[in-house]
Amino acid sequence: MGLLSKKDTKLITDPLADNNPITIQVLGICSALAITAELKASLVMGIAVLFVLGVGNVVISLMRNIIPSKIRIIVQLIVVAALVIIVDQVLKAFAYELSKTLAVFVGLIITNCIIMGRFEAFALGNGPWKSFLDGIGNALGYAVILLIVGFFRELLGSGTLFGIPVLGDPIEKTGVYAIGYENNGFMLMPPMALIVVGLIIWVQRSRNKALIED
Amino acid sequence: MEHVELFFKSIFIDNMVFAVFLGMCSYLAVSKKVATAVGLGAAVIFVLAITVPLNWLLDQYLLQQGALSWLGEEYADYDLSFLSFIMFIATIATMVQLVEIVVEKFSPSLYNSLGIFLPLIAVNCAILGGSLFMQAREIETLGLAFNYGVSSGIGWFLAILAIAAIREKIRYSNVPAPLRGLGITFIITGLMGIGFLSFGGMLTGGDEEEKPATETAIELDKQEIEKEAKKLADNTKIIIE
Repeated sequence: MGLLSKKDTKLITDPLADNNPITIQVLGICSALAITAELKASLVMGIAVLFVLGVGNVVISLMRNIIPSKIRIIVQLIVVAALVIIVDQVLKAFAYELSKTLAVFVGLIITNCIIMGRFEAFALGNGPWKSFLDGIGNALGYAVILLIVGFFRELLGSGTLFGIPVLGDPIEKTGVYAIGYENNGFMLMPPMALIVVGLIIWVQRSRNKALIED
Repeated sequence: MEHVELFFKSIFIDNMVFAVFLGMCSYLAVSKKVATAVGLGAAVIFVLAITVPLNWLLDQYLLQQGALSWLGEEYADYDLSFLSFIMFIATIATMVQLVEIVVEKFSPSLYNSLGIFLPLIAVNCAILGGSLFMQAREIETLGLAFNYGVSSGIGWFLAILAIAAIREKIRYSNVPAPLRGLGITFIITGLMGIGFLSFGGMLTGGDEEEKPATETAIELDKQEIEKEAKKLADNTKIIIE
């Protein structure tokens, strides 16, 4: 680790588990839930947030001394909106059908609290390199939860991963379907996303007692 | 009839919290007490009622393809819709600021109850989400846009009020320690969402399946591509001849 000092590594690894933006800081839930019925959409959303948060944190951190504190929210919103427009146009150009699935949720990255939250809490008080690492770390923490939720919802809901059938064919009755397994279509409904996240929180807090709320 | 249908649809069927998870952050953070939940809910209704019609006007007369035709013939095929994110969020941020100033000036009592929530609202996904869904669903008139803003605000208000009431009571229950607080709130919201699913058949009687918007959009694109292909084929034919 020549490039990253110990403190820097901590900036990236902390949000992955004990300071996870979704399960601990309660930021960025909105989009995390709506698009996780498929693993592919979760992955793309994770990458989009990684880009916006990484670059946005650097931009805000570079401007932190010239932004008047009264209008900082509007400045932050404009920076995010510009970055999100780039993401949206790239998605429309190179992954049109996926951008239709994500629909308005790409636009909603703008008001994803994870982004404003990190700007306010970190980028406004730290240098660009540290802010970049913080952005990458938090976006990865967000992406990890998205992928876990997406994995379970797609596997149990439609028996596929990234659109590839892994449990056999439900119509031909091969694989696990041969012994009477059925897809749980309910997993694809929006409320199940909430319950899956609730269960992830349960598992995480049982393993690390320090995180339990009273 | 159109208005009544949209009203109930946005409150119960397309509920902002249970169906599309908008505004979850403040929904989870500000739902510990009923009184504060009511304050935030009222502020959301208020701001949605102003910003959705405003953004509808922007969308209709500035952003959509062909929206600029009122400027003159040569502007008729401009398409500025890629700017909608930045326009919508700018409108929302300034409107929230403006509303805050006006309310503070003219109704100090309302300001005291709504005031602290207004800055929070600029970054509430429910507000931007309201405008983006309004655009995606192609709502037709200004009246309907206003209706949509108010009714989805009411849907959000109902959701946060219900969860706040439940959270006030659940403090006396014996929840497993790791689930306490955030975990149980998620699971309860999920269960409430399942309850709200039962409203799904309210307007259609349950026998009318709506075509998902994405499919229609993709189909439209296919038709356009086919048309283009035909044109090209015709052109080559003419050239060959």
